[in-house]
Amino acid sequence: MARIPHLRPVPADRCGGPQRTDATREELEGGTVFELSEMEEIVQEFLVESHENLDQLDRDLVELERDPGSRELLAGIFRTIHTIKGTSGFLAFGTLEQVSHVGEGLLSRLRDGELELDFERAAALLDLVDAIRTVLASIEATGAEGQHDFSALVAQLERLQSADPDAPRLVQPRPAADPAPEPADHDGGETEVDSRRGVADHTIRVDIGVLDELMQMVGELVLTRNRIVQQAGTIADPALMHTAHRLDVIAAGLQEGVMKTRMQPIGNIWSRMPRVVRDLGVVCGRQVRVEMEGRETELDRSLLEAIKDPLTHLVRNAVDHGIEPPQERVALGKPAEGVIGLRAYQQGGKVHVEIADDGRGIDPERVGLKAVERGLLTPEQLAALSPEETTSLVFQPGFSTAEAVSSVSGRGVGMDVVRTNIEQVGGTVALRSVPGFGSTVTLQIPLTLAIIPALTVATGGQRLAIPQLSLVELVAVPAGEVRTTIEDVSGVPVLRLRGRLLPLVHLDAALGLTSCRRADGTVSVVVVQSEGRQFGIVVDRVVDTEEIVVKPLSSQLAGIGLYAGAMVSGDGAVALILDVTALGHRSGVLGAARDLAGSAEPEQVAVEQEREAFLIVGVGPERRVAVPLAAVHRIEELSTATLEQVGGREVIQYRDGILPLARLARVMGVAEDPGPQERVPVVVYSEGGRSVGLVVSAIHDISDDFDGVSSDLGGPGLNGSVVVGRQVAELLDVRGAVLAADPLFYEPAAPATLDWMAVPS
Amino acid sequence: MSGTRQLSSFTVDDGLFGLDVEHVQEVIRTPRITPVPLAPPAVLGLANLRGQVVTVLDLRARLGLEPRPEPGAVTVVVQHDGEVVGLVADAPGDVLEVSADQQDPPPEALTGPPADLISGTCRLPDRLLLVLDVEQAVRVTAPA
Repeated sequence: MARIPHLRPVPADRCGGPQRTDATREELEGGTVFELSEMEEIVQEFLVESHENLDQLDRDLVELERDPGSRELLAGIFRTIHTIKGTSGFLAFGTLEQVSHVGEGLLSRLRDGELELDFERAAALLDLVDAIRTVLASIEATGAEGQHDFSALVAQLERLQSADPDAPRLVQPRPAADPAPEPADHDGGETEVDSRRGVADHTIRVDIGVLDELMQMVGELVLTRNRIVQQAGTIADPALMHTAHRLDVIAAGLQEGVMKTRMQPIGNIWSRMPRVVRDLGVVCGRQVRVEMEGRETELDRSLLEAIKDPLTHLVRNAVDHGIEPPQERVALGKPAEGVIGLRAYQQGGKVHVEIADDGRGIDPERVGLKAVERGLLTPEQLAALSPEETTSLVFQPGFSTAEAVSSVSGRGVGMDVVRTNIEQVGGTVALRSVPGFGSTVTLQIPLTLAIIPALTVATGGQRLAIPQLSLVELVAVPAGEVRTTIEDVSGVPVLRLRGRLLPLVHLDAALGLTSCRRADGTVSVVVVQSEGRQFGIVVDRVVDTEEIVVKPLSSQLAGIGLYAGAMVSGDGAVALILDVTALGHRSGVLGAARDLAGSAEPEQVAVEQEREAFLIVGVGPERRVAVPLAAVHRIEELSTATLEQVGGREVIQYRDGILPLARLARVMGVAEDPGPQERVPVVVYSEGGRSVGLVVSAIHDISDDFDGVSSDLGGPGLNGSVVVGRQVAELLDVRGAVLAADPLFYEPAAPATLDWMAVPS
Repeated sequence: MSGTRQLSSFTVDDGLFGLDVEHVQEVIRTPRITPVPLAPPAVLGLANLRGQVVTVLDLRARLGLEPRPEPGAVTVVVQHDGEVVGLVADAPGDVLEVSADQQDPPPEALTGPPADLISGTCRLPDRLLLVLDVEQAVRVTAPA
């Protein structure tokens, strides 16, 4: 044990806790004051309690720095340290007792108003908290305090107890550290114990394992209930029906109750954020304040555990990359102190967690350049992306915008890890950013993982469950419409759904099954969303929705990779749970290239995975023009009767807005179709909330079968030519065509305000 | 190979096989099995064993025998490495106690995949019993 020379044990009556020297400690260890197991239990209790107290302490100290005069906070902090000191003295943890004793000395002088809390003192007290944590960690791991040298910290704490912190680092005479109003300490300690006992009467600590087991059994009970209710329905026995109904109600109540025991407020993991932000702010030279809203919002503890690290990462990111240095902020007319807002609320069976900052936001241009530099995409691909899509490149693996890799963030674990972690627990991540005004990351997390609602479908005689989390909608295509709405383009089946193109996966084929299609020829499509993209799963039949308990698959089946687990359905049969993301990847409708289009535009669907796909349109009587499919938001057929002229340009009323139009024939300088037409096909291009329509003569095809772009052939409005499906098509200059329709299209929009944070102007 | 061991026996085709009783949780009539598309051929599928989802393997396939349209009548439920796995056999047998001098190492002549599954042989008064290695028997990995 590291002995600090100038620190001697203080008589018990002066510090309010029993003191033990090394001799007494040996006595305690050697003697049989406690049975070993009993002792272990007490130590365990002490560890749990201390950890909780320290989290509170972190929070209080950071808050105290803002409000140095708060007696209440100081008294609370003092009590916490005092309790730790007392208990560690009792348990003969000498090092712990010594450091907390000096800290207590400083705190009591602060509390009594003899000293002011300044930055240095706050830092020293936070260091003290860290020191206590270190020792606690050793105790937890080895049962002993271990070798720690805190002499520097102790000296610092002692030095800061003198009124002039610049006083030479001399060994202070002990009386200086001796808090005068000791009796008050005693009182403080006693009331603390009393109030805690009051709480203890109403709460008990339960081992997590017990709760997990309970949860699993309740899950089984719910399933058994489902089965009984189902069977009772087939037997016309009123008494049985009544009992089954009763069971139904009780099981539901029990399920809810047990689930509640596992719920914890999100404030539990937020509590360390002020400290994280403060420390980081000091390192990066930022002034940051944390504001929290909805800290009482509850989540299943396993989920809480799962989002802890991603959340910390996002907060660190916000400080390091988001908030500007104070001078820069002032120059921009913002307050020197940045704000990081944490907000949680429940909505639609999910918990929304927002991390917002009022910093510089994300510059799509910088992100784009970085992504190209990192080889994540080519400059041509980048040019086709909207600012939102470019911004969401930060979710790509291997992306990090930190100019210099700092010790704080930008350590290679980036936003892609955040997204992966959140998606693993069935959540989603969305990013909104307004350059110059800040960013908001929104996490959507399910309330619980134990029992999930699922849709059961049948295909090839097999029943499968699709978790409803990934479900978007169900589409039944009547036999008569199959030919016109489902197309097979270059081997990629696509569903035309409300003007947009949705890649399809035939589940029977994906699973190597033979389908038993419906006699009436109707095709059932389950539209799902994963990784921010939507695609359709073609099934034979949609069966039912069910609440299911996810059971893990054994090692023999883990390698297949298409299943998220198995479930027991109401009739006792086992059914597999489909892993939608894996299915999408396996079938090539999700993938690296597809991610590039980002999650900001889930409606925009490209058909090809690695190669760019093109929409082939006709312009004039004979020109074929290739439009990159990524630039196609929708394909519409609009009546020419509704065309209007505004300021010499054509516009059309479209979806409660005005859509500026450009006739590609005019842009390219070719002859327009002869004769008046009633309806014209329009390719709608959207970006950043704006849309333009490109009027063409005909929609020919979608193809990815092309032999490279050649730029020698070109003309007005064109970027070159491309051979698609063995025929030459001219490659459209999307930007040029868009500007022809709306010259202001790419001008920055008026900055949208953050939803809930006051944006400094 | 030392001392007396207790073996739970069953037949597959016309062969008699045994597993150490400590690995065998129970022997049940083969339950309803849900096939798992894309699973390795030896996997018959999943079954519901009192609310627990259990992977069921076909011992015929594991032993390199021709598959039959219908799975065998009994399922030997074994526990290995924290997982519960069902092994489908044709008919149940007794729990046999075999002494050390009845036991031999697996015959040298045995080769091929089934050989890995056999950890030893037992000379019973009327016939030969092949002892299965539980670890090898349940080791089926899916194609990645």
